[in-house]
Amino acid sequence: MLSIKNLTASINGTPVLKGIDLEIRAGETHAIMGPNGSGKSTLGKVLAGHPAYEVTGGEVLFEGQNLFEMEADARARAGIFMGFQHPIEVPGVSNASFLRLAYNKKAEAEGRDELDPLEFDDFIHEKIKVVAMKEEFLDRSLNEGFSGGEKKRNEILQMAVLEPKLAILDELDSGLDIDALRVLGDAVNKLQRADRALLIITHFPRILEIIQPQFVHVLSGGRILKSSGKELALELEERGYDWVLAEAAAGGAR
Amino acid sequence: MSTTLNVVTSQEYKYGFVTDIEADSVAAGLNEDVIRFISAKKGEPEWLLEFRLKAYRHWLTLAEPDWAKVDYPRPDFQKIVYYSAPKAKAPKYASMDEVDPELKRTFEKLGVPIHEQAALAGVAVDVVFDSVSVTTTYKEKLATVGIIFCSFSEAVREHPELVKKYLGSVVPAADNFYAALNSAVFTDGSFVFIPKGVTCPMDLSTYFRINNKESGQFERTLIVAEEGASVSYLEGCTAPQFDTNQLHAAVVELVALDHASIKYSTVQNWYAGDKNGVGGIFNFVTKRGLCKGKGSHISWTQVETGSAITWKYPSCILLGDDSIGEFYSVALTNHKQQADTGTKMVHIGRNTKSTIVSKGISAGDSSNSYRGLVKVQPKAEGARNFSQCDSMLIGHTCSASTFPYIEVQNRSAKVEHEATTSKIGEEQLFYFQQRGIPAEEAISMIINGFCKDVFRELPMEFAVEATKLLSLKLEGSVG
Ligand SMILES: Nc1ncnc2c1ncn2[C@@H]1O[C@H](COP(=O)(O)OP(=O)(O)OP(=O)(O)O)[C@@H](O)[C@H]1O
Ligand SMILES: [Mg+2]
Repeated sequence: MLSIKNLTASINGTPVLKGIDLEIRAGETHAIMGPNGSGKSTLGKVLAGHPAYEVTGGEVLFEGQNLFEMEADARARAGIFMGFQHPIEVPGVSNASFLRLAYNKKAEAEGRDELDPLEFDDFIHEKIKVVAMKEEFLDRSLNEGFSGGEKKRNEILQMAVLEPKLAILDELDSGLDIDALRVLGDAVNKLQRADRALLIITHFPRILEIIQPQFVHVLSGGRILKSSGKELALELEERGYDWVLAEAAAGGAR
Repeated sequence: MSTTLNVVTSQEYKYGFVTDIEADSVAAGLNEDVIRFISAKKGEPEWLLEFRLKAYRHWLTLAEPDWAKVDYPRPDFQKIVYYSAPKAKAPKYASMDEVDPELKRTFEKLGVPIHEQAALAGVAVDVVFDSVSVTTTYKEKLATVGIIFCSFSEAVREHPELVKKYLGSVVPAADNFYAALNSAVFTDGSFVFIPKGVTCPMDLSTYFRINNKESGQFERTLIVAEEGASVSYLEGCTAPQFDTNQLHAAVVELVALDHASIKYSTVQNWYAGDKNGVGGIFNFVTKRGLCKGKGSHISWTQVETGSAITWKYPSCILLGDDSIGEFYSVALTNHKQQADTGTKMVHIGRNTKSTIVSKGISAGDSSNSYRGLVKVQPKAEGARNFSQCDSMLIGHTCSASTFPYIEVQNRSAKVEHEATTSKIGEEQLFYFQQRGIPAEEAISMIINGFCKDVFRELPMEFAVEATKLLSLKLEGSVG
């Protein structure tokens, strides 16, 4: 589904991604862990098409298509979704109208019927149940004044509305209480299918016990230093990252 | 703003065509003879000529105001044509059939419902083309309830006593530089009179169009609502695209007697000049409403999107006890446009209330200022004002300023002022795009959210128009 080859990218002239290789197939769940500032969010934003990052080399194919030939909004409509680490607030735009426009843009691109406000109302009321969100959040301005956890809940609501093929969830677990993590983790699991894939960026193994990955990668200094199975998460929790770095420096990477 | 914030605002001005019709014009320049010519052309009574000449002589003593945050080459008042009218056999069109077909086509292109049939939608329209009023629809129907809705010139002929009573009663001829100029040379405009106790059964509307390259447009609007009367009035404007600047200096006066209410809405889309600031209308307008009677109510709603320079402060004088003044404004500037706009609320009567909601949007290299005065005079016991002034910046080469002036001379008064500045940033746009929404639609959605409190005040169709207009004006500012 997603094939990343020797990807390098920089921001304001500073290289952040220094040669990423990653293959994600339909049906898989991958986790990326790594020290602060190692480039995890950057990887997500580069895949999603954030204009501030400059791709300096490499290639990314999404379902066989060159990702870098598509605008950010086209990538989204093609099925790439990014749940943000810090979702932005947009005063004056109601959450419901934003969700409807996003839904309709995708529906239009896929040749499905768009939903009018009444139809969308029914549709969204089913969706908010999945993430246990209170109705009043639909009428509020998009993320404005939402708590950290409420913003994350809203991200997963958007994911449930858009049903992306590839969801990149950047630190979904940060800021979530224990129950919320369970609810949202379950919601994400319910959305996972054989023809979809997940890329979970996190610092903690707890979320990976709910959303279980087949692969865990360690990203450090803009490179993937180690890739292994789900058990790697727990090992990292116990031992930290130093040994991975040392192993890599000794030439034992991957 | 690297890639997304530079591409959405370069839509061509779609009303920029010129209509090729023969015009009856006076030579450029201004002197007492020109004023006499205009007055004679219109067959005016002596007192009105005197009014004009007095204004002119006063104007000669005034200097152009320079306190606004706008920078422009001062117009050469001797190069302006002060009277230009589409040529017709008779000085007044007896019916629609006499109107030049070219002119009719112009209005069709502009979407003005000039034909009565087309006006079935329920809006009565007065159309002012350069200096003269071309047609007024629905006149007879309105007359049956005693409402007078006609061109200003016609009002002078048919209802001189009303015009004499109210003309200059809100904006005196000597009020300011542009008001004095207008009082000297105004050519036409609209006149509305709603008699005691009558609620106007439909929205009244005037459409202003500047066509002649050298002509200035100096229209004069006077709206009077007697005791208990109410009316909603809409004003729309466009102009062709020239690489020189045209001057528009209008005066609008509103008078509301006891418990009367006047709602005045404008969607201004004069030609704004090109991307580099060449051409465009200089819009210097004096609009003022007098809440003369007890419990009277005047509400201004404006959506200002055009003009190279906008200098405009629709105001309310709250003279009657318990009277209410409102000002709702969206001012959008892009490219090299400059706007200095706001309002004045002068509280004179007791328990008078005013509300100000101003939304300024700046994009490109434009400059957008809010300038507002809230004045509470000593006798205005219990006066209240609430002001909300918000600015939105798109990109980083534009500017927004807020100049609120507050003068309170009565201790029981309550005056509140809130202001915010926000920015449509790359991160917001990226968030929308990441959800599949193209940048242009994202901007339009954010802007509409920002302007919601003002659009709510507009009549339905106007609100839809305004929404589209803002999106159009911003096309290309994101890239
Ligand atoms: N706009 C920017 N300007 C300059 N440097 C930036 C910018 N954005 C990111 N960086 C730098 O790029 C590097 C990678 O940042 P990124 O956000 O991808 O890290 P991360 O792995 O997600 O970290 P965390 O675990 O703390 O979320 C950091 O050193 C960061 O300071
Ligand atoms: Mg991060």
